[in-house]
Amino acid sequence: MTNSWTDIKNTDLVIVMGGNAAEAHPCGFKWVTEAKHHRGAKLIVVDPRFTRTASVSDYYAPIRPGTDIAFLMGLIRYMIENDRVQWEYVKAFTNASFLVKEEFGWSDGLFTGYDEEKRDYDKSSWDYQIGPDGYMLTDPTLQHPRCVWNLLKAHVDVYTPEMVERITGTPQDRFLKIAEMIGECSSPTKTMTSMYALGWTQHSKGAQNIRGMAMLQLILGNIGVPGGGMNALRGHSNIQGLTDLGLMSNLIPGYLNIPTEKEPDWATYMKSRAFKPLLPGQTSYWQNYPKFMVSFMKSMWGEAAQKDNDWAYHYLPKLDVPAYDMLRMFELMDQGRVNLYFCQGFNPLLALANRNKNTSALSKLKMLVVMDPLETETARFWENHGAYNDVDTASIQTEVIQLPTSCFAEDEGALVNSGRWLQWHWKASDMPGQAKYDTWIMAQIFLRVRELYRKEGGAFPDPILNLTWDYADEHEPSPDELAREMNGRALADVYDLADKTKLLTAAGRQVKSFAELRDDGTTASGCWIYSGSYNEDGNNMARRDNSDPSGMGVYSNWTWSWPLNRRTLYNRASADLQGQPWDPSRPIIAWNGERWEGNDIPDISPTAKPGEVMPFIMNQEGVSRLFSRGMMRDGPFPTHMEPFESPVQNVFNDRMRGNPVARVFASDVEKMGTSDEFPFVATSYRLTEHFHYWTKHNKVNATLQPEFFVEISEQLAAEKGIERGGRVRVWSKRGEVWAKALVTKRIKPMICDGKTVHVVGIPLHWGFVGAAKKGWGPNSLTPFVGDANIETPEFKAFLVNIEPAVGEAVS
Amino acid sequence: MNIDLSRRGFLKLAGAGVAATSLGAMGFGKAEAAELAHVRDFKLAQTTETRNTCPYCSVACGIIIYARPDDTGARRVVHIEGDADHPTNRGTLCPKGAALKDFVNAETRLTEPMVRRPGSDRFEPISWDEALDRIARAIKDDRDANFLATNELGVPVNRWTTTGFLAASATTNETAWLTYKVVRSMGIVGFDNQARV
Ligand code: SF4
Repeated sequence: MTNSWTDIKNTDLVIVMGGNAAEAHPCGFKWVTEAKHHRGAKLIVVDPRFTRTASVSDYYAPIRPGTDIAFLMGLIRYMIENDRVQWEYVKAFTNASFLVKEEFGWSDGLFTGYDEEKRDYDKSSWDYQIGPDGYMLTDPTLQHPRCVWNLLKAHVDVYTPEMVERITGTPQDRFLKIAEMIGECSSPTKTMTSMYALGWTQHSKGAQNIRGMAMLQLILGNIGVPGGGMNALRGHSNIQGLTDLGLMSNLIPGYLNIPTEKEPDWATYMKSRAFKPLLPGQTSYWQNYPKFMVSFMKSMWGEAAQKDNDWAYHYLPKLDVPAYDMLRMFELMDQGRVNLYFCQGFNPLLALANRNKNTSALSKLKMLVVMDPLETETARFWENHGAYNDVDTASIQTEVIQLPTSCFAEDEGALVNSGRWLQWHWKASDMPGQAKYDTWIMAQIFLRVRELYRKEGGAFPDPILNLTWDYADEHEPSPDELAREMNGRALADVYDLADKTKLLTAAGRQVKSFAELRDDGTTASGCWIYSGSYNEDGNNMARRDNSDPSGMGVYSNWTWSWPLNRRTLYNRASADLQGQPWDPSRPIIAWNGERWEGNDIPDISPTAKPGEVMPFIMNQEGVSRLFSRGMMRDGPFPTHMEPFESPVQNVFNDRMRGNPVARVFASDVEKMGTSDEFPFVATSYRLTEHFHYWTKHNKVNATLQPEFFVEISEQLAAEKGIERGGRVRVWSKRGEVWAKALVTKRIKPMICDGKTVHVVGIPLHWGFVGAAKKGWGPNSLTPFVGDANIETPEFKAFLVNIEPAVGEAVS
Repeated sequence: MNIDLSRRGFLKLAGAGVAATSLGAMGFGKAEAAELAHVRDFKLAQTTETRNTCPYCSVACGIIIYARPDDTGARRVVHIEGDADHPTNRGTLCPKGAALKDFVNAETRLTEPMVRRPGSDRFEPISWDEALDRIARAIKDDRDANFLATNELGVPVNRWTTTGFLAASATTNETAWLTYKVVRSMGIVGFDNQARV
């Protein structure tokens, strides 16, 4: 989230699209209720199903799964055509005026540079025109035909209300009513917030869905302002933290990158990370990358990381592919190229796309190690449960080791909520039986492996032998020690860069914030964005002062948020070019003639003059990007792409299937279905009473929602002769499930491109262990393809068929 | 951090106080001391109250966990409720958070290390030591056999692709950081977490 849960109360309009907050994030959704009640805010919901969020909305529109980009581009077109633009914001704080290369263009649903063979774009034309001084060419009048604004205008021109209806199935009158409601928020004193979740990410073009809304929010001037923003409602309680800490193939904590093979040394790696400002006087904060990177290397390898060995650069692996994400690993596993796999609190048998493939892949491992507080289907993937897990146990040669761990009630530490608050929690009870902390388990594994390398030698032991491990008890690193390590400390005295006589932090002390990190090896910090969370003031994540003097839901002294305890990202953009709040009734920061001050930590240097230094300090441009250059693989603007499995052709290009640059493994191509065989669109979702595959272990939740079902419209039920509560079989090209039919009015058929489209809703909470009845989940059916940029699997739009099932009803 | 214990102390005294006062009013003033000894402690007197957050969704509602020692002296969760001081949820919980106690005390909580041998149809207990030794040996052997030090151009790449690690979604940052250190130090690139899906 750019903002926080409690900030939602400041909004005038909430749009929930790509999420279902009332059911999936109920207590956060209360802030929408608060805004409706106290501010008279309105709520719009756009969703294939009439969800419980929709049931309390002011306006609802249905949409065909996987067509959000067309809807969003239609909205942008409406704003431009009807002059619903926050002009001062757009002109000053976005790249609308930047000139783009002459060669860039779009036709037949594709941008310039497409190579069908490689399934990739040559992105060289997707860039700005740079002048001889190294800065960009701009036209502040927005008249130049090659400026971003005019290219955007041309790009969205095709998304007329008629076209939106044709692609998305949303009736024009509903689309127009929503556009009109949203258009009001182009006023500097009216704000819309976007709340989205996996309904937008689980698509082969998920990242472009989110960009589409971010662009709309910029055009309305809603980023950085109270009650505005792009608010990703993260799934699990510490998905945000695990992402911040870079537990991904290609990441280093704090959104730094693991090098690739094309960066054989430190100098080459750093060269592409110079982040020189593209306009004079701009901050371009990533220029500090070397300080964060060196501090990370010192944190990992201490004395072994020195300037003359490139800070132990070769201790880091170098990637040959963009990432060994989970889909790639299961593909490799299925090819027999992975031997050993660890699942720490993760149940991929049910969570990853295409369950049959998951089972086949896990069966080829030599060893699977599962660490979890609960039984999981993954740990028992080899166990036969009849139709629910029909495997040939004896033929599966995988050794499985299952290790019992603590759960939240039994440990101490911080979780990061959606609003980036690092909230510390404390141990309340003891672990059952022989269960252990994950930290203890990781320490045991590490110490044993290190010992083997000490004794036996072996492949490149250096990064293992030299890993810093200076914990008081090497077997049980404490949360306190680890939190301090992430914050970072001075290894030598750290002086002010502007005044070399001024000591900032003495050797051995915790750094106050990342402003004190250095690239000369005198500081260590595990995760630079967490610097400040645990400094000499103590553990700031444990703070519990819930006062809110401004009354705006800032809660600055409640726990700690990254970066620098800032609660609203880009908050400099909440004020105009003179530094005064766009809306004086909702001020978060303002320029007092000398400095920025207010209710939140300014997201800019405190003395940066408002007319000179622009608000988007992490970007080289200093402003935000309506045109994203070559930063995303599938285009600098979002363009409509069908899901890989779709009931209709792409209206712009009938040869194009799905996202033209998304990675598809050869073995999965033949597993894609077409609409002749699988005429219905399926989408997955969660229920209020359950959380993924955990709560089925709880008697209360298992009683509230005991049994797997699929949800269909009355029309589809009639067409297929399916009875209310009757048993149905649902199948895709990849698998099949049996379920009880929930026949509702919440899903209605839509007309898309002249064709009737039926939607089948598939909730995801059942498996074959736990207290609930045995069942299946959507991943028995879903395709093994991910988003082109980040490889999140396409769970939200795929094709199935359905029929009344012979045999017993499920219950 | 437990809440200031004075609340429990206060309840204990208040309970005794009520009994004694009413006895006194009924003319049994001298029985006060004897009665005090008979008044049963409130159950709350033995429970600890601990601040925590709901581990399910990213709203991260504040909760208070009530725990009491069982027969063996181990502290067990007896009740969980919303934390009224928490700015996000202000004491409220959804149907998931309200039933958290069932997760902590679920019958399907794991209590001892288990191993399923190749081809077997059951899990059998294994000691921690043996389990960890087997894992460490498997790591060492697979890494030594498959670690790629350089690519075909001779560029050092130091990666290991035949072992992968999926990290959790609800463990603490502190666990995540230690996990990061261990996994990265070995050169594992098949590293991912629940944010992917
Ligand atoms: S109680 Fe419900 S809304 Fe609150 S964090 Fe838990 S799952 Fe989320």
